[in-house]
Amino acid sequence: MTKQKPKILLIDDEEEFISTLAERLELRGYTCKTAEDGESGLRMIEEQNFDITVIDLMMPGMSGLETLRQIKIISDELPVILLTGHGSTKDGLEGMSIGASDFLMKPIDINVLLEKINIALGLE
Amino acid sequence: MFKKIVDSTIFSGKCAKDHYRLLKRKVIFSMFLMVTIPLTIMLTINYFQYKSYHQNQIMLPLQEISEKTMHSFELFMEQQLAIIKFISITYNFESLKHKKTINKILISLKKEYKGFVDIGLIDSKGELISYAGPYSLLGKDYSMQTSYKETQIKGQYISNVFLGYRKNPHIVIAVQSFSNESQNFILRATISTDFFGRFIANMGLARQSDAFLINSQGIFQTNSLYYGNALEECPLKIINSHFQPYNFKKKDTKNRDIVIVSSAFTIADYILVIVQPYSVALKSWYDFKYDMVFVFLISLAIIFFAIVKLSNILVNRIKISEEHRESVLTELQHAQKLSSIGRLAAGVAHEINNPLAIINEKAGLLNDLIALSDNFDKKSKFTEISNSIVKSIERCRKITSRLLGFSRRIDVKIESIQVNDIIYEVVGFLEKETLYRKLDLILSLSDSVQPVFSDHGQLQQVFLNLLTNAFAAVENELGTIEIETKNSIKRGVIIKIDDNGCGMSQETIEKIFDPFFTTKKKEGTGLGLSISYGIIKKLGGKIFVESEPEKGTVFTIHLPEGSEEMETNYDKTKAKNSSY
Repeated sequence: MTKQKPKILLIDDEEEFISTLAERLELRGYTCKTAEDGESGLRMIEEQNFDITVIDLMMPGMSGLETLRQIKIISDELPVILLTGHGSTKDGLEGMSIGASDFLMKPIDINVLLEKINIALGLE
Repeated sequence: MFKKIVDSTIFSGKCAKDHYRLLKRKVIFSMFLMVTIPLTIMLTINYFQYKSYHQNQIMLPLQEISEKTMHSFELFMEQQLAIIKFISITYNFESLKHKKTINKILISLKKEYKGFVDIGLIDSKGELISYAGPYSLLGKDYSMQTSYKETQIKGQYISNVFLGYRKNPHIVIAVQSFSNESQNFILRATISTDFFGRFIANMGLARQSDAFLINSQGIFQTNSLYYGNALEECPLKIINSHFQPYNFKKKDTKNRDIVIVSSAFTIADYILVIVQPYSVALKSWYDFKYDMVFVFLISLAIIFFAIVKLSNILVNRIKISEEHRESVLTELQHAQKLSSIGRLAAGVAHEINNPLAIINEKAGLLNDLIALSDNFDKKSKFTEISNSIVKSIERCRKITSRLLGFSRRIDVKIESIQVNDIIYEVVGFLEKETLYRKLDLILSLSDSVQPVFSDHGQLQQVFLNLLTNAFAAVENELGTIEIETKNSIKRGVIIKIDDNGCGMSQETIEKIFDPFFTTKKKEGTGLGLSISYGIIKKLGGKIFVESEPEKGTVFTIHLPEGSEEMETNYDKTKAKNSSY
C-alpha cells in the first residue's frame, strides 16, 4: 500500500478521450500515461511500472481482450479495468473471466472509474 | 372490434373465405368426377350386358313353350288325320256308303277320341253321299268348297276354324282316298276345337300373357284374352315364320309394350302366337334394373357424402397450414425487420458512444478546471453550462443504452419469479401519477399464479412500457386501468392490461410493434412497444393487442412456465448472433 497515488496506463485508440481523461486524472493527483494501441501499451508496461491499466475493448489492430491476455502473460499482477463502447456486458464479463478486475461502459463517470480503480487496488 | 394477433396473423377476410370455398368446390367436383365417371361407365356397360343376357334368358323359354305347344298341336292334328286316313283305308268306299257303317264309325270315334262331331263321305263329284252326325247334310255339294279343292290337290286337308250350325267353332279334317274302281273319294270329319283351349291352357303362361292361334290372313282361330274372339281379325300384325319361333317387340292396341313369339304350323294354316307384356316378360330384368339403379344412387350418395367430408378435412388442413405459414412468415418478417433495425441502432449507438465519451471527458475536464480555478467573472455561469453538458451527455447515454438494449445485447437473467411481485413494483413507480391524475387502478391479481422462470428486469421494463402507454391513453379522473393475472391453461401465466383510454385504429394496431413508430409525436421514441415485443419474444412468450378507438385497449401477455435452462440456451443463440 503506497501512500502515493497510483500510476495509471490508459490504452485507447481515441486519443482525444484518453488525453482528456488522463488530464482529469492528473488533476486528481494520479500519474497517467497513455497508449493509442495495444502494442505500444504492452511495450510501456514492459518498460515502466504501472499500478493499474485501463483498456478500451474496441481498438483497431490488437483488440482490448487480446491486449488483456498479453498483459496477463507479461505481468499477472497488474490490475486491468476494461472500457466498452457498446452496451453489451458480454465482452466485459468475458474480460473479467480472463482476469480483468472490472469493466465500465462509455461514456464513463470519472468518479465511478476512480471507485473501481480503488477497489481493484484494494484501497477501499 | 379490431383485433390483431401478432404471433398468428390470421389470413382472413372475404377474399380468403371465397378462396377456400372455391377450392373446396373444386376439390369436391374433381373428386366426384374422378369417382363417378369410371363407376358410370362400368354401370352402363354392365347395364347393356345384363340387359341382353336377361332378355335372352327370358325369351328363350318363351320360344321353347311356343315351339313345344305348336308341336303338340301338330301332333294332335296329325293323329286326327291318321285316324281318318286309317278309316278311309280300312273301310272301302262301298262300305262307307252305308249309313249303318258310317254311324258305327262315328260312335266308335266319339267313344275313343274326343272332339269328333260328324263324319261324311264325299264322292269324286263333290257330293256328300254318306253322313253320320247331328246335321242333315246328305246330298250337299262340296265341289266348290276350299276343303274339297285343297283335299283334291294335297290328298289331305285341315281347315281353319269355322262356326258350325250350332255356332260352335269347328275344324274340318279331310282325307282323299281311292275306291276299288279307282274312283277318288274324300272322307271328311268335323272336330270341335275344344282341344285348342286345352293345349293353350297347358302352356302355363304367366299372368297377363295371351296365347292364341291365327291363320295367315290374321283371323283369330281361337279366342284371345285381350285382342278379340275367334274368327275376328287380329289387330296385331304377326310375322309368319316357318323356320323357328319368331319373337319381336311392339306396342299393342292398349299401347302396352309387348313381346310376341309366333310359331307357324307346317301341316295347316295356323300360327301359334304368344303375347306377353314387356313388364311381365322382363319382370326380373326390370327388378334387377331398379335394384341396380338404386344401388348406384345409394353409392353416389355415399360417395358424395364421403367426398364432401374428406374435402372439408382436406381444405381445412390446407387452410390451417397456410395460415400457419402466413403467420410464421409475418413473424419472420417482423423479426427480420427488428433485427436489421437493431443492428443499425447498435451500430449507431456504438459510434455515438465514443464521441460522447470524449465530450463527456472534455466537459468533465472543463468542470474540473473551473472548480480548481480561482473565482472569476461568470464562474458560476460556466459551471452551470458544463454541468448542463454533462447532463445532456447522460441523457444521450441513456438513449444509446436503450438503443443497444433494443438490439438485444443486454443479457437475460433467468430466475424463478413471481409475476405479481413485479407488477407491484411497477405499480409502485406509477403510484404518484395515479394519485395525481385521480385514475382508477384496479389490480385483479390471482394469488394462485404460479412462479415462472423469466427475467425480472426485462419483465419490469415491459410492464412499465405497457402501463406508461395505458396511462398516456386515459383521461384524468376518468381513466380506469385494470391489471389482471391468472394461470394459463398451457402452463404459464397470462397478464392482461386493460385501459378505457383512446384506443387505436386498425392501421395503428398494425404498426405499434414496429420500431420508431409512435403516436406520441415528440415525446415517444417509438421503441417502447417494439422493445417489449422483443423481450416477450425472447422470453418465449406472446403478446396480443385488442383495441377499439374511443373504447380502450387490452394488451395480453402469455408468459411460458420456462425453465432454468433458458438462460444457457439464450446465451448460445446470442453468441451466434453477436458476430459483428
